Amino acid sequence: MTVPAGAPVLGLTGIDAFYGRAQILSGVSLEVRRGEVVTLLGRNGAGKSTTIKSIIGLVRPTKGELSFEGKSLRGLEPFQISRLGLGYVPEDRRVFTGLTVAENLEVGRQPRRENAPEWNHEKLFALFPNLATMNDRLGGLMSGGEQQMLTIARTLMGNPTTILLDEPSEGLAPVIVEQVAKTILDLKAQGLSILLSEQNLHLSTLVSDRAYIIEKGSIRYEGLMADLAGNEEIRGAYLMV
Amino acid sequence: MFLVASGLSIIFGVTRIVNFAHGSFYMLGAYIGYTLVQAIGSTAIGFWAAVLIAAVAVGAIGVVMEILLLRRIYRAPELFQLIATFGVILVIQDVALWVWGSEDLVGPQAPGLKGATSILGKPIPEYDLALIAISPLVLVGLWALFKLTRWGTLVRAATQDRQMVAALGVNQRWLFTGVLFLGSALAGLGGAVQIPKGGADLLMDFNILAVAFVVVVVGGMGSIFGAFWAAVLFGILQTFGIQILPNSTLVLMFLVMAVVLIFRPWGLLGMPETLGQAHPGPPEQPLRPALPRVRALGGAVTALLLALPIGHLVFPELVGVFTLVLVIEIMVFVLFAAALHFIMGPGGMVSFGHAAYFGGGAYAAALLVKFADAPFELAFWSAPVGAALLAFLFGWFCVRLSGVYFAMLTLAFAQIAWAFVFQDMPGSVLKTFGIADEFGTPLKITGGDDGLNDIWPSGWASTRIAYYYIAVGLSVAALWIMRRFLYAPFGYTLRAGRDSPLRAAAIGIDLTRHRWLAFTLSGAFTGLAGALFLFSKGSVFPTTLEIARSFDALLMVLLGGVQSLFGPIVGAAALTWLNDLFSVLSYWRFLLGVTIIALVLLLPQGIVGFAGTRLGRRLQLARPEEITA
Repeated sequence: MTVPAGAPVLGLTGIDAFYGRAQILSGVSLEVRRGEVVTLLGRNGAGKSTTIKSIIGLVRPTKGELSFEGKSLRGLEPFQISRLGLGYVPEDRRVFTGLTVAENLEVGRQPRRENAPEWNHEKLFALFPNLATMNDRLGGLMSGGEQQMLTIARTLMGNPTTILLDEPSEGLAPVIVEQVAKTILDLKAQGLSILLSEQNLHLSTLVSDRAYIIEKGSIRYEGLMADLAGNEEIRGAYLMV
Repeated sequence: MFLVASGLSIIFGVTRIVNFAHGSFYMLGAYIGYTLVQAIGSTAIGFWAAVLIAAVAVGAIGVVMEILLLRRIYRAPELFQLIATFGVILVIQDVALWVWGSEDLVGPQAPGLKGATSILGKPIPEYDLALIAISPLVLVGLWALFKLTRWGTLVRAATQDRQMVAALGVNQRWLFTGVLFLGSALAGLGGAVQIPKGGADLLMDFNILAVAFVVVVVGGMGSIFGAFWAAVLFGILQTFGIQILPNSTLVLMFLVMAVVLIFRPWGLLGMPETLGQAHPGPPEQPLRPALPRVRALGGAVTALLLALPIGHLVFPELVGVFTLVLVIEIMVFVLFAAALHFIMGPGGMVSFGHAAYFGGGAYAAALLVKFADAPFELAFWSAPVGAALLAFLFGWFCVRLSGVYFAMLTLAFAQIAWAFVFQDMPGSVLKTFGIADEFGTPLKITGGDDGLNDIWPSGWASTRIAYYYIAVGLSVAALWIMRRFLYAPFGYTLRAGRDSPLRAAAIGIDLTRHRWLAFTLSGAFTGLAGALFLFSKGSVFPTTLEIARSFDALLMVLLGGVQSLFGPIVGAAALTWLNDLFSVLSYWRFLLGVTIIALVLLLPQGIVGFAGTRLGRRLQLARPEEITA
């Protein structure tokens, strides 16, 4: 795999973040370029989700710079960040269980934007054939895999240019993880940039161009996914549980 | 009833703010509606237009409150939001008093609906039929709004997970403002349509609030259909209840609520509270023994209190009788607030109805004196015992719930206790059975609005100074005992249960029983405060049980700071003093309300929380690591 030569779309420089008094992130810097899939690898509690939440604004970093498509995200509310074209797929899925599939998609709907592929129900149902058959089903009555597809579809309704995917493989059966991988590659083929947080080395190897490893709130390694996959030593040091 | 309850339910569901001012909006709806109906309501069209304009106007007031006040404090802990809306109640009460005066207004009849239709042989006013038709119409309208519009879908999504909705690019600000408008307008509509039946008066706000809370709790928080069915249920009960036993409406409501909550703790159509959203803000500091400075300060204050009467004897001009009376009152409320804090801080149970035990204790003692000629000592101690029994009974229901449900249930119980003495229920039961005194006049038991008077301490305790020592001594002793409880394993258990109920249960703690015990203890201490209050004033009125009194205590705790044992003490002292300061002015509620709102906006951690910051560090009142901001 080669690194796409796209311009940087998303950049983090020296991010510190706290929960109460506990420091979760110290000096996290990373970058996602246009059309690229980047994985943030790390164990439970390493700071993956906090990094993602800092980007979308659900966690307020105390230090550092965040920029998206050349604009600083400092001081913006989550909804403003989202409207810049940054889609967020949360870790624990957070499907609106009291709403139907169609209503869940409606919540995610935002006006289309110039530089991103436009999504509608037909196009999403082509990508996720499962969802097409359960338009009126309540979100709470779906399986974990279906809910994961729905959260991705819901985020796509906002017509984002870049997607933050927080642990999409969590708690899913291997066959569903394969589907997630295929979806990510589909989205990449449509020109979306993706930042993926994962523990699942298998999934990240399948889809990503580059990877960062985060451990105790700091980036410990960055490089091409292909190099990482071949490097026993680093995998052993940071990723084996 | 449905209109008001559904408005409250919608606001709570989406914003997670329990809007105490909702009752005030209802009252405003009635007043504004009254004025408009006077002006343009002589024709049927004019009448209904007046009602609608009143609703829209109240909705607009709700929006103003949202933009000016609530928007600034969405991030603050839930309780401060309560306090802020409570400040709004006070402000609105005085504004209504100022604009419309203190007279009850009797509404005109609705044009075109003055007659009565006979159904099944009974005359039913036509206006009632119109009201019966309005509720389902509003229900269908709301259903369509929430089910068929994008706005409604977003609101329902936000009810479940606000953060996620924001992360999907929805600006919640306008969502919240819209919800506040809708909810407030519904309250205003409810107030306006009932003018021809009940008119408008200044007690409407608290009266409807308790009823609305019960309806919302029974129906399930955030569920509009739940609110509708609960309102229908209570409506039917009311109709039949009055025929069986007059004055029994509240008791019936209470019974129904108890039954519903035992079988369905989250109401008929409600869902369990989502965990995790309930507790924003940093985790609380662990309790540590007080620093030497703080202990010395406590000792100094106690010594000063003990020395005060001597000062009174030596320098009567400097330390007047009034000072002693004020100090007694402050001590009473310090004890009251500390007892509330006992379950609220460490126990995590926020009671909105603690006045029930304050007034309950006072009434227990007063009744013993009045009807059994009990000596002072016996009557005095019967107050904490009586209050504990009451707390024991009410607590059995309440401790099964948590969070907002707990709060609402305690409030409803307190309102029932208030109605019990205000309507003199035991007296009216005796009247029903034809029991009267030798002159044939019906017996008064609780005395209703007039209260029970002329109850003073007797014998050795009757001098002002002796009573002063009783009040100060007992309060300090009770504070010390409560402190011991909290530092004992019992206190640890309570806090464990507050922070992680599941974990506490998993290590073998019977949480319900501990919470119940704590609730009862707190009731006993509150009853003690009630007894001190009774014998210092010599009389007791239903106002000691009213919601405003419960909120006073709540305010004291919150203004002082929940996360500190000193918080309630400082808060009670400060608020009693402020009350005293403002009560000489004619619109003191307005001032107090504004002060409260300002305090919430400026000192979100309470007074003691503030002392824990910069000032506290300088004065060495807090450890460096306890400094939060």
